[in-house]
Amino acid sequence: MNGVRERLASRAFTSAAVVIAVLWTIPTLGLLLSSFRPEEEIKTTGWWQVFGSPRLTLDNYREVLSGGANSSGRLAEYFVNSVVITLPSVLFPLVLAFFAAYALAWIDFRGRDALVVGIFALQIVPLQMALVPLLKLFSQGWLFLPAWNLTGPARFGQVWFAHTVFSLPFAVFLLHNFLAGLPRDVIEAARVDGASHGTLLLRIGLPLARPALVTFAIIQFIWVWNDLLVALTLSGGTAETAPMTVRLASMAGTYGNEWQRLTAGAFVAAFVPLLVFFSLRRHFARGLLAGSVKG
Amino acid sequence: MRFGARPALAFIALAALATACGVPQDSGAPSRSTAACGPYARYGEHPGTKVTVYAENRDREADLFEETWADFADCTGIEVQYEGDGEFEARIQLRVDGGSAPDVAFFPQPGLLEHFAQAGRLKPVSAGVEALAKQGWSADWNSYATVNGTLYGTPLVANVKSFVWYSPTFFRERGLSVPRTWSELMAVTEKVAASGVKPWCAGIESAEATGWPVTDWIEDVLLRQQGTDVYDRWVAHEIPFNDPRVIKAMDTVGSILKNDRYANGGFGPARSIASISFQEAGTPVLSGDCAMHRQASFYADLWPHGTEIGPDKDVFAFLLPGDDPAGRPVLGGGVFTAAFADRPEVRAFQEYLASADFANARMRKGPFVSAIRGVDPANAATPVDRLAIQLLQDPRTQFRFDGSDLMPASVGAGTFWKGAVDWVGGAGTRQVADSVEQSWPSH
Repeated sequence: MNGVRERLASRAFTSAAVVIAVLWTIPTLGLLLSSFRPEEEIKTTGWWQVFGSPRLTLDNYREVLSGGANSSGRLAEYFVNSVVITLPSVLFPLVLAFFAAYALAWIDFRGRDALVVGIFALQIVPLQMALVPLLKLFSQGWLFLPAWNLTGPARFGQVWFAHTVFSLPFAVFLLHNFLAGLPRDVIEAARVDGASHGTLLLRIGLPLARPALVTFAIIQFIWVWNDLLVALTLSGGTAETAPMTVRLASMAGTYGNEWQRLTAGAFVAAFVPLLVFFSLRRHFARGLLAGSVKG
Repeated sequence: MRFGARPALAFIALAALATACGVPQDSGAPSRSTAACGPYARYGEHPGTKVTVYAENRDREADLFEETWADFADCTGIEVQYEGDGEFEARIQLRVDGGSAPDVAFFPQPGLLEHFAQAGRLKPVSAGVEALAKQGWSADWNSYATVNGTLYGTPLVANVKSFVWYSPTFFRERGLSVPRTWSELMAVTEKVAASGVKPWCAGIESAEATGWPVTDWIEDVLLRQQGTDVYDRWVAHEIPFNDPRVIKAMDTVGSILKNDRYANGGFGPARSIASISFQEAGTPVLSGDCAMHRQASFYADLWPHGTEIGPDKDVFAFLLPGDDPAGRPVLGGGVFTAAFADRPEVRAFQEYLASADFANARMRKGPFVSAIRGVDPANAATPVDRLAIQLLQDPRTQFRFDGSDLMPASVGAGTFWKGAVDWVGGAGTRQVADSVEQSWPSH
């Protein structure tokens, strides 16, 4: 372990990592610079021309965020929808999966291992395959389940439901592996002291599982924030309920001729995930190894 | 929860900010006087009802549609909820299968409309809409929305595809005049080429639909060389795709698009056509690096902001000529409305869309072309739209629908497009035509 770490820290590896990072970031940098250039320059010359003749403008951002004419961006309206969709879609699976993972890791009952394998296997089901059945469930019901028939803002419920359902297998898997790897002595000792499941869960499980919880929260947040497919299919596509991604997808116009707006739109949409990532980065790096083989 | 407090605060602040600047838009529609509602009285009153519309028009085009029917919605009490989606063609199937079909959909291809009509999903139009359709459109246009003798929808938008965009200034400076026959067109082409400018520019990149501009070229030339009869039989596959007459038309197109002397002006060798997006393909016309660009009337929207369109402005268009100067062969496309529901408010909305009032009102808002008889060319937003409408209303015009939209989707939106890309990339005409013929579904 130490040998690996030393070798990775050597000058050659560091410089290689820096080169890769720079190469990796260049397209994003180009997009960022483009987003400050006037439309006709974006469309006629490459972003590197900005160094020769810097003519910077905030027009793209203004158009994308609020829009002077009715035809432009108005991303601000959709920003709220994105927040309303994303927060519950992160919290619901987080809470449900944490309870489930606790039960699967620390409570002995018959068929537990089969259940864990079953949940693990559910990750195989691709989201795309489940869209039509999901739509049918919402519009017609299934077996004893009634149709939801949601209209207006209530359609957020469909999106929350879909995101929660699709993320649960992975969330349970990740948290279960993490909880199962914690030292058993701690739990045994707490049990001997008379701790109930509720106490164990909140006083011991929650603090210990924090890195795994944060990791999942970040992954799920970025996934839901960037999701277009579920939003387009289930959110209804109107300004009432659609998130920013839906608006971004249509902002370039029917013929894609207004694509200069996407430069600024991309950074407006990426702002929040970046903020979340950087503010939780410390926990994320620690939690990345959650559930993996311990070294 | 030490770790959660800071981002949570940031979140709340952001959400509050967004709410503050996002909310005040919807303040409710201003109430209208009853006098303005006069024209809408015939559609009845449907307070508290809602019609959902699903189409592929987005952004500005979507706004223009919504502005157009705002009065209708206010006067009838119907809330029209519009949703535009760039993946319309793929997602409409998903929505119909999932039991959440929209009330009204705008189909960009008759084939897709036919597919849902055959599956029994679409509702035939009401007697009122049928009467309007008979009165408003030619039998040809109505036939595209007719499946097994039943009318399922009405044309909404018309596109004239046979336009050649050019710069009037460029033509004037070089003493060129707008060609009226194919041989005059080739004379202009040769004259421009001799002066050192590549006369034609083109681009066929269009994401998964890459190739379609070339298929339009081929259809346009076939229609001119062989007439409507051969064209119809070719589209219906009564003559094979690789018929010698089609090969001839392809070679004629190839003599322009695959010729390094004639193409690709402003971009490079002829092969560059495959990698240039159709949206930017015409821009060299403005800089004088290319003389002519064949593209549909909707290209009016794709010129850079500030480009003026008109017979003596930055750009204008002429009809791609045929051999006969009096002939008016026009290749076009269209969008059709059809309904998945037959509630009274949906019927009322369909009737409104089928009226000349709608087409005229929509044209006054911005670029729009309709083939309906009652449309007034004077309402057109651009001179090209006016030209397109005049062509559509001209009794000498022989209008034919874009063949690739009428062919089976696996060919018209599949192998024909892919074949066109190979062909522009250097593959032989016969080889490409043979492979498209072989891909034609056999049933």
